[in-house]
Amino acid sequence: MNGVPLAAYIGLGLFMFTTGVVGVTVRKNPIVIFMCIELMLNAVNLTFLAFARYQLNSARQSSEQIQHSMMAGQMMVIFVMAVAAAEVAVGLGIIMAIFRLRDNVDIDEMNLLRG
Amino acid sequence: MADFVQHLHPALQALIRVVFFVLPSFLIVPGLIWWERRLLGWMQDRIGPNRVGNITFSRTSRFVPSLLRGKKFRLFGLIQPFADFGKLIFKEDITPSAVDRAIYFIAPGLALFPALALGGTIPWGPYPWLTPVADVNVGILYIMAVSSFGVYGIVLAGYASDNKFSLMGGLRSSAQLISYELAMGMSLACIVMATGSLKPSAMLANQNGPLWGLDYPPFNLIQNWNILTPYGLVAAIIFSICMIAETNRPPFDLPEAENELVAGYHTEYSSVKFAAFFMAEYLSIIVYGIIWSTVFVGGWHLLPFRFDAMAHAYPAFGDVWNFLDTLNGSSLLAPVWVIAKACCVATSYIWVRGTLPRLRYDQLMSLGWKSLLPFATANLIVVAIWIVATKVSSPIIGWVAVLLSAGLLYALYKAINRLNSANRPNLESRSITMVDEPPQRREAELVDPAPAAT
Amino acid sequence: MNQTIGGVTVTPELLMFGGIAGVAAICAVGVVAFNNAVRSALCLVVNFFLLAVLYFTLNAEMLGITQVVVYTGAIMVLFLFVVMLLNLGGVKLINEKADPKKFVGILLGCGLFVILGAQILPPMLQALPLKVSPDMAKFGGPEAIGRTLFTEYVYPFEAVSVLLLIGIVGSILLAKRRL
Repeated sequence: MNGVPLAAYIGLGLFMFTTGVVGVTVRKNPIVIFMCIELMLNAVNLTFLAFARYQLNSARQSSEQIQHSMMAGQMMVIFVMAVAAAEVAVGLGIIMAIFRLRDNVDIDEMNLLRG
Repeated sequence: MADFVQHLHPALQALIRVVFFVLPSFLIVPGLIWWERRLLGWMQDRIGPNRVGNITFSRTSRFVPSLLRGKKFRLFGLIQPFADFGKLIFKEDITPSAVDRAIYFIAPGLALFPALALGGTIPWGPYPWLTPVADVNVGILYIMAVSSFGVYGIVLAGYASDNKFSLMGGLRSSAQLISYELAMGMSLACIVMATGSLKPSAMLANQNGPLWGLDYPPFNLIQNWNILTPYGLVAAIIFSICMIAETNRPPFDLPEAENELVAGYHTEYSSVKFAAFFMAEYLSIIVYGIIWSTVFVGGWHLLPFRFDAMAHAYPAFGDVWNFLDTLNGSSLLAPVWVIAKACCVATSYIWVRGTLPRLRYDQLMSLGWKSLLPFATANLIVVAIWIVATKVSSPIIGWVAVLLSAGLLYALYKAINRLNSANRPNLESRSITMVDEPPQRREAELVDPAPAAT
Repeated sequence: MNQTIGGVTVTPELLMFGGIAGVAAICAVGVVAFNNAVRSALCLVVNFFLLAVLYFTLNAEMLGITQVVVYTGAIMVLFLFVVMLLNLGGVKLINEKADPKKFVGILLGCGLFVILGAQILPPMLQALPLKVSPDMAKFGGPEAIGRTLFTEYVYPFEAVSVLLLIGIVGSILLAKRRL
C-alpha cells in the first residue's frame, strides 16, 4: 500500500475513536459500552501501526532509529491487546456479577455509589 | 508446467492453486458421508445405505446395446449423498416468523467460511507450484485464526433462531470452542517451538530430517515426523481431541445433542441452510485432517523413511532407493498422500463416533481445562527444556533432559491431584456391568426362608 | 493516469483502502447505532477483521493475525457469550429512548472529530510510507517481533504477563458462585 497517505489511516483511526467516545456517552447497555471501549483501543492500535510504518521526518533519521521506531509501534499494539484482553475478562465478569446481584444491567440504575 | 505457473501474476497463481488443489479435495465430502454411514452401519451391526446408484439394464429392451443387456452394476449406495442433497434442496425452506432475519440468513454462510478458508496455508507437495495458496510466515497462526471463526456460525444460528434449545446449543458451542482452542493452540505451540518456524512448509522440512536430530544410523534412515517424537506424540493426542471438539463431532457434539436440545443450533434450519451446516461439518473434518497430517505425520510423505539417506548408506541398491524416494514424496502423487492421510483421520473420527458415548457438560469442561490444558502446558515446558539442552550440549543430553523433566512434571501433577483429592470427599463411584453375568447371590439368600408358621 | 484531488494522488491502492476503511467505518457506526447487542457485536467483529486486513497492508502481518486470533477469536466470542447469557436470563430490553442528552453527545462527538481532524490531518496528507530497505522488510514478521519483545521490551512484557495473571485471578474470583 504505497499509494495511501498517512492521513487516510489516521483519519480512519480518528473516526473510530470518536464513534467509540459517542457510544460510551450515549449508550446505556454496559456490554455495548464495553464494545465501544474496544473500538477506541483498536483505533489507537491502528494509529500506532500507521505511525510505525510512516514517518513524518524520515530524512533526518538513521536506519537504526527507523527500525527502532518501527518496532516500538508494534510493541505498543501488543501491549494494548494484552491489556484489552485482561480488561474484557474482568469487565465481563463484573457485569455478570452485577446481573446476578440485581437482575438488571442498565447503566443508569447502577447508582449505589452516589452520595 | 511449473515454469508456466511461476511466470503468472501471484493472484492468478493463487487462484490456480485454489481451483486445482483446494476445491477437488472437497469432492471427498459426499464420499465421506457415504463412508461414515456405511462404516457406522457396520460397527452397529446394520447395513446402512447400499441401494442408491445400482443400475440394472433391461434384458429385453431394444434401446440397450446387446453388450449391456441384463447386466447389473452395483455402486454400494455411493450415490446416496447426492440423492440426500437433492432431497434437501427440494425440501420446503421454512423460516420461522420470530427469527432475527438478517443474522438467521448470515449464520450458515459464516459456518461454511472457516472450512473453505482453512486450507489456504497448507503445502501440497515438494514443487513450487504445489506450495500453499499463500506460503506466509504466520501460517500456523492463520489456521488458529480462521478456525476460531467456526464458532460464529453456530452461536449466531443459535441466537437468531429465537428458540431456547438453539440458544443453549449456541452457548454450549461457544464455551466449548473457547476452552478447547486453548489446548489446541498450546499443542501447536509445542510443534512450532520444536520447528522454530510458524511456516507449514518449514515444519515439513523439519520433519524430513533425521529422527530425533541424531544424524547416524539407524536414526538418520527415519524421518523426524513429529508424531514419532515424545512431545510430538503428546501434542498429537491433545490436538486430535481438540480437533474433534472444534468440529462439534461426537463425542463432543453437545451443541446439537439430540436427546437434550432437539437438534441444538440448527433446530430451526431446514433445506439448503441446514445443508450448509452439514457441509461445513464434513468439510472441516477433511480440512482438519489435512492440517493434522501436515503438522504431525509429515504431510506429503507416504512413509517415514529417508530413502535418500538409505541410498547414501547402501549404494548397492541405489536405483531402488531412488525409485522409492520419488514414490514416497517427490512425485506427482504427493497431494494424493496428503488426501489419503486426511481420509485416515476422517475414518478415525467415524470410529470415535461409533465407540464413545457423548460427554456430559461438566465432563467436557473438566476434560478441557483440567486435563488437556495442563498436559499441553507441561508438554510446552518439556519442549523448551529439550531445545535448551540440545543447544547447550548434544541431542542425547537433550532427550535425557526430556525424560527427566517429563517424569518430574508427571510426579508434580500426581502430587497436586493427591493433595486435591485428599481434601475432597470422593464421589460415590458407580459401575454398570454390560456383560450378562449370572447373578451372584449370597449364601443366606439361597437358603429357603425359614417356614415361619411351624 | 492517476488523478490528483486536493493535493492527494488517487491511486488504485487508495481506492482499495477507501473500500476497506469505508466498510470498517460503517461497522463502527453500527456498533453504536444498533439497539440489539448481538448485532453490535457482529458489526464489531467485521470491523476488527477489516482492521486486521489493514494491518496486513501496513506490513504488520504478525499483528494482523494476532488481531484476528485475540479479538475475533476470543474477545468477541466472550462478548457474544455474555450477551446471550444475559438474554437467556431474561434481561428486560434496556430502554434506549430518544433523549436530549443523546443529541448533545453526538454533537460533541462530531465536534471532537472536526477539531481533532482539522488539527492533525493536513500535515499528514503528503506523508507516504517509508522506503523499506530489504533488511527491514521483515519488520512485521514473527522473528522480528519476538526478538524485540524478548530483548528491549522484556520488562514491559513481564509486567503484562503479571497483569494477565491478575486478570485471570480476578475473573475467577468474580465468577465464583458466592461473592
